[in-house]
Amino acid sequence: MDDSAPQTAAAATVRRPSLRSSPARLALYHALLLGGIFVFWYLMTEPGLIPPFYFDDPTKAKFFFGQPIEVFKRIWTWFSGGSIYLHLGVTLIETLLAFVIGTLLGLVLGLWLALAPTASTLADPYIKAMNAMPRVILAPIFAVWFGLGITSKVVFGVTLVFFIVFFNVYQGVKEVSPVVLANARMLGASGKQLLRHVYLPSATSWVFSSLHTSVGLAFVGAVVGEYLGSARGVGYLIHQAEGVFDIDTVFAGILVLTIFALILDFAVTKIESKLLVWRPGTAETEAL
Amino acid sequence: MNPLAAEPTPALLLDHVTCAFASRERRGERYTAVKDTTLAVGAGEFVSVVGPTGCGKSTLLNVAAGLLQPSSGAVRVLGAPLTGINRRAGYMFQAESLMPWRNARDNVLAGLEFAGVRESEAEQRAGEWLERVGLRGFEKRYPHELSGGMRKRVALAQMLILDPEIMLMDEPFSALDVQTRQLMENELLELWSADRKSVLFITHDLEEAIALSDRVIVLSAGPATRPIGEFVIDLPRPRDVNEIRMTPRFVELHSDIWRVMKDEVLKGYAQSKKN
Repeated sequence: MDDSAPQTAAAATVRRPSLRSSPARLALYHALLLGGIFVFWYLMTEPGLIPPFYFDDPTKAKFFFGQPIEVFKRIWTWFSGGSIYLHLGVTLIETLLAFVIGTLLGLVLGLWLALAPTASTLADPYIKAMNAMPRVILAPIFAVWFGLGITSKVVFGVTLVFFIVFFNVYQGVKEVSPVVLANARMLGASGKQLLRHVYLPSATSWVFSSLHTSVGLAFVGAVVGEYLGSARGVGYLIHQAEGVFDIDTVFAGILVLTIFALILDFAVTKIESKLLVWRPGTAETEAL
Repeated sequence: MNPLAAEPTPALLLDHVTCAFASRERRGERYTAVKDTTLAVGAGEFVSVVGPTGCGKSTLLNVAAGLLQPSSGAVRVLGAPLTGINRRAGYMFQAESLMPWRNARDNVLAGLEFAGVRESEAEQRAGEWLERVGLRGFEKRYPHELSGGMRKRVALAQMLILDPEIMLMDEPFSALDVQTRQLMENELLELWSADRKSVLFITHDLEEAIALSDRVIVLSAGPATRPIGEFVIDLPRPRDVNEIRMTPRFVELHSDIWRVMKDEVLKGYAQSKKN
């Protein structure tokens, strides 16, 4: 370790390779950064390790911020004991349903309104108003309407996802190149074929750029919904733990949710790169 | 004057076409792009339309394609009045017109696919056409992976695979560099002479117009563009666009047409400075 460190530093000054060009080194730095954060967290919250400088009681930092080791222990018990699977499953189902339904609704309505000028002019102020409305306050109303089961969370998630996708599809259709459109018409495309072969592919690239935001929002919808009223789900677990000031469990829940949100986001990226091979890449050349 | 006016049914006839657009800046005011233009393309004839930039050449072509309804006047295709899209014409655009989400082969076969031709047959014919325009081995490339000249070849194949009776071309090679452009012009002539289609070719480049055409029509500067001169190009075929530029007859025709065109170009330039 000690010998190699200065060598790497010297090489870095000579060639200055960017971090992006070396995935292994980037992964190492990422891991180090993450480890650093956990170590910092541990140092600041372990009672008696460093002299207290803010709280008068050495256990207060632990009480307010939790402890990484306790958090990991909690996660471990959840997964080894199997008690988390039901809650995680419910949250993931709500997220996926909200994501899929919201995306499809946004896609269909976005396409329809973008291609029907009369309907779009009529609906325009209402769509703007509904988008401007702080929709988080709808969650308790949905709980009243649809009960405490998964329906109310899915509906809430859909209202969050829908607008993101809708506006992107709308924009995507509006930005279709008029020349490409005219060309397809000259080649004999019917109205249906224009939709299938020109509008839809053109809108897809816009939809995908919105899907990353949508996945996150679908998660927010599910968890906030659970938090406000439910008997299952990770949001429910967090809410219960918060009620008894169990900060470790709250952080454990947040950590688990974050990891699953990252996995979903990764899946979207994979599908995106598969479906959008035609899009020009930003970096096709490589410095040799 | 016009040797083709006497012919009973030209392939394409623009009959006293006027195109006026509502002005965007000042409501109620109109911008007349094309005024009372009559223009005929005979069967198998290569006609070029030249004029200063911004004189409404593309408007004329869009009317012929059926993409734009004229404010007054009529379009006749092989004698029949045109309603909707001109199904007997292929259109080659000045700007990028390929579908970026389709690879070269799928772009070429798009027209066949729209017409409901079987997939295997469409793919085979698209492969043949790509070979004819010199793009064998590039079937799977997406437009952004092709050079500008290659994209134009794909667009050419995309148009020709449908075997249109009329070819409408809107400065198709203006975005290319000079060398690629001359190559493409020669290739176009070769493809055209194989099965003489009627061509309406729009350009602002007089040399290109003379080298390619049977007849050159000069348009006046906009607004209210109309034809102001017509020249039959009696240069022998087959031609090589590069060599024919050196012949004395070419130079003679060029100076004849340029004499008519010069004033309009200056007018068009003054117009563009004003705006």
